[in-house]
Amino acid sequence: MLTPVHPIERASPLPAVVLQICEDCDTVHRRHALARGQVAQCARCGAVLERHHALSLNAMLALVLTAMIMFVQANVWPIVTLGFNGQYSSATLWGTIIAMWRQQAQIISLLAALTLFFLPLLKMLSLGWLLWFARRGRRAPGFVPIMVTLHYIGPWTMSEVFVLGALVAIVKAHLYFDVVTDPGIYAYAVLTLLITVFAGIDLRQLWELTPESPG
Amino acid sequence: MSALPRATELGLIACHVCGLVCSDAATAQPGPGQALVCPRCGSGLHRRKPASYTRTWALLIAAFLMYVPANLVPIMRTASLNDIDDNTILSGVVELWIKGSPDLAVIVFVASIVVPMLKFLVLGTLLVSSQRGSDWARPQRAKLFRLVELIGYWSMLDVFVVSLLTALVHFSVLSRVEPLPGVIFFGLTVVLTMLASMNFDPRLIWDGRDTDD
Repeated sequence: MLTPVHPIERASPLPAVVLQICEDCDTVHRRHALARGQVAQCARCGAVLERHHALSLNAMLALVLTAMIMFVQANVWPIVTLGFNGQYSSATLWGTIIAMWRQQAQIISLLAALTLFFLPLLKMLSLGWLLWFARRGRRAPGFVPIMVTLHYIGPWTMSEVFVLGALVAIVKAHLYFDVVTDPGIYAYAVLTLLITVFAGIDLRQLWELTPESPG
Repeated sequence: MSALPRATELGLIACHVCGLVCSDAATAQPGPGQALVCPRCGSGLHRRKPASYTRTWALLIAAFLMYVPANLVPIMRTASLNDIDDNTILSGVVELWIKGSPDLAVIVFVASIVVPMLKFLVLGTLLVSSQRGSDWARPQRAKLFRLVELIGYWSMLDVFVVSLLTALVHFSVLSRVEPLPGVIFFGLTVVLTMLASMNFDPRLIWDGRDTDD
């Protein structure tokens, strides 16, 4: 039995605020305003459609700035130092990337440079740029290409995996060497916390929070 | 037809990149051979990810070809004055279990062995069942896919461990750590499985006998 459940959809152009399509199963939903802490789930497949945005643009910008400061710290300071018969050896992220390059593992070196340095940096800079303008209700110059780039960067930032990797490396090294943890590892740990907070934020809201034409 | 309308039935397309809901009618019809373009972000619009089955299969098979040497070839060499010790992924886990801490060994075991295997099994199952248009356990299959997407990149763990140890342990001839080719194969496996799961379109799970694209 065909019931006309969707008279609105016949009218075009479609207001994006009315409808929402589940990315996982293509089911069309009507959008509802969400209360604090509410999550909209797809009725067919259970995917998360939308979350309530608890953080204001200012709060998000503050988080991005904090993450940038932590990122600088995490890269400047050594992560860990090993002691062996009075000799000491410490490593930073870039030291690690360069060591892998010199040891004939250029592919891994490149992967590490991208996923642990360049892409996280690009992500933070573009977010900061977009949010800086969005909090004044404007679209930043280059808004569209930056939003598309952010979408593609998606899962290719791996700082949180690196933190766990450092932990494992420390335990392994501890069997044979004296291990001293350095400030870098703490900076990384804080960065991981910030990334976790950020992971819950749907950046697509920026499309709707800012008007189509700049200025 | 179910009570939950799908975008295809209503003549709607969601942009993969920005999520905008577009209607077929509202979007200017391009000439033949031209792609529809999202009016908001300029990305190409597709009902389904293009050539999803072909690309996912290709990447998954390539990943598996890398996965075999990744497990058989040693990933790391620990050299000291009197001996050389080559470790594969599995022997590294065993060593960590015996000498270090069993709890971390479990984490490494899950990240380096369980997660990649799970990805092969899950993506393989999803590909076969969706291509057959099976309606078996659809909600569960959808959940499995989301799980694979969520945990996939944690397999890079061992790659980063080897990298850090390489950078740290270089005490002249007394003690050094060097990466071995296994770690490159493993890194490539992780990247290829990530690309494979990105190219799989979960909408295909719900498509019945519809064709790809």
